[in-house]
Amino acid sequence: METFLEEVNKKIDGVPIQRCYHCRKCTAGCPVASHMEYNPNKVVKMIQNGKREEVLKSSTIWLCLSCETCITRCPNQVDIARMMDVLRQMAIESGAGAREKNVLKFHKAFLAGIKRGGRINEPMMMAEYKLTSGDLFSDVLMAPGMFLKGKLSLLSPRTKDMKSLKSIFEKTKSI
Amino acid sequence: MKVSYYPGCSLHATGKEYDQSMKAVSRALGIELKEVEDWSCCGASSAHSTNFDLSIALSARNLIAAEKNAMDVMVPCAACFNRFKMAEHQLKANKELKSKIEGVVGAKYQGGIAIRNPIDIIYNEIGVDALAAKVAKQLAGLKPVSYYGCLLLRPPEVCEFENYENPYMLDKILGVLGADVRNWSYKTDCCGGSLAISKTKIVVGMVDKLMKAAKEAGANCVVTACPLCMANLDMRPSKKYKLPVFYFTELISLALGVEGAKDTFKSHIFDPQPLLRELKLI
Repeated sequence: METFLEEVNKKIDGVPIQRCYHCRKCTAGCPVASHMEYNPNKVVKMIQNGKREEVLKSSTIWLCLSCETCITRCPNQVDIARMMDVLRQMAIESGAGAREKNVLKFHKAFLAGIKRGGRINEPMMMAEYKLTSGDLFSDVLMAPGMFLKGKLSLLSPRTKDMKSLKSIFEKTKSI
Repeated sequence: MKVSYYPGCSLHATGKEYDQSMKAVSRALGIELKEVEDWSCCGASSAHSTNFDLSIALSARNLIAAEKNAMDVMVPCAACFNRFKMAEHQLKANKELKSKIEGVVGAKYQGGIAIRNPIDIIYNEIGVDALAAKVAKQLAGLKPVSYYGCLLLRPPEVCEFENYENPYMLDKILGVLGADVRNWSYKTDCCGGSLAISKTKIVVGMVDKLMKAAKEAGANCVVTACPLCMANLDMRPSKKYKLPVFYFTELISLALGVEGAKDTFKSHIFDPQPLLRELKLI
């Protein structure tokens, strides 16, 4: 059976993460490390130690912003940002779900917006996020002003060839 | 010069000032834009955070559509630019992936056009000297810090942006407009991106840090080239840290004296007009 480390490396399909010599440069540059349950370097160590469940159920993987500072500065080209993408995808596929539920709900609302019209209609996408997350009241005071300033519109042009998009979502088995 | 134009979803909504000023600046500088036909969303963070193949396929669909125009494609939104560059990088490096994604999209990817952001096009194709020659109104008194954010720059071997840890192209562009560009250490720090919606508190902390640093550098405004950075810096800082935020194209428009250059300032959430009036720029 494949170890957790082997599985992650196969999915990253690049530099194996055991090339990390734990200099912690990734963590020093990470803008959200202080909010994370385990910092980026610790996650690398946990994968090496086979801590599959702890990693996939951690908040860390959902707080990563994909700002790519870690991979930019890593002396060994370990792609931590790609590793976080892989871990998020594994968490979804394994049924572990997301420890930061609203982050995943936002992604789902965003992708549903693409499925609906090919392009994101921001008010519709936000309405869907608010209904699914139950986070109904934050930012609502900003909405009327944004409509008046013409920043939000319920009628924005859509992609015409929706068939091609539908097929992309089906063939990639997207959530 | 002629280029394909991929506006992306934000430029038709919260980032409409960027679209309007980008088009005005392009007209003034003789850059002809041809919109990519029937474009769709690039997938942004939500695609690559949840499904790798989806993220490459959504971007590839647009790159293939852009290839029909047989011209380089200008992508003003930093997030779309980043996703397109990443898709190009992956498709060119991995033949197996390329044939898989072509099957998903139902069309062939040629890889023959360059994906370019407008800072690069204005700096390298038009040039700062030609830009300076067109300035009708010096932006005297404006003290911006240039804010590049993440997605134009990183990862460096994918984005291929000049001097990615201490970029200068935007600083030079603003300089020739007559602005007193302030130096600071936060040019490439992250604004919090899409976590603004789902983890707002974290993002408020991040933008407060940026705005505080901008003020300490003596800036009276912040200049960006990304609709996500604009949204977060314009809407999210705590009251005491607020500063006007501009798209760099709005300031080029203003300096070149383009008709209607003032129009986009009205739709900012934090009103930049008092500062511009005080400096007699509008």
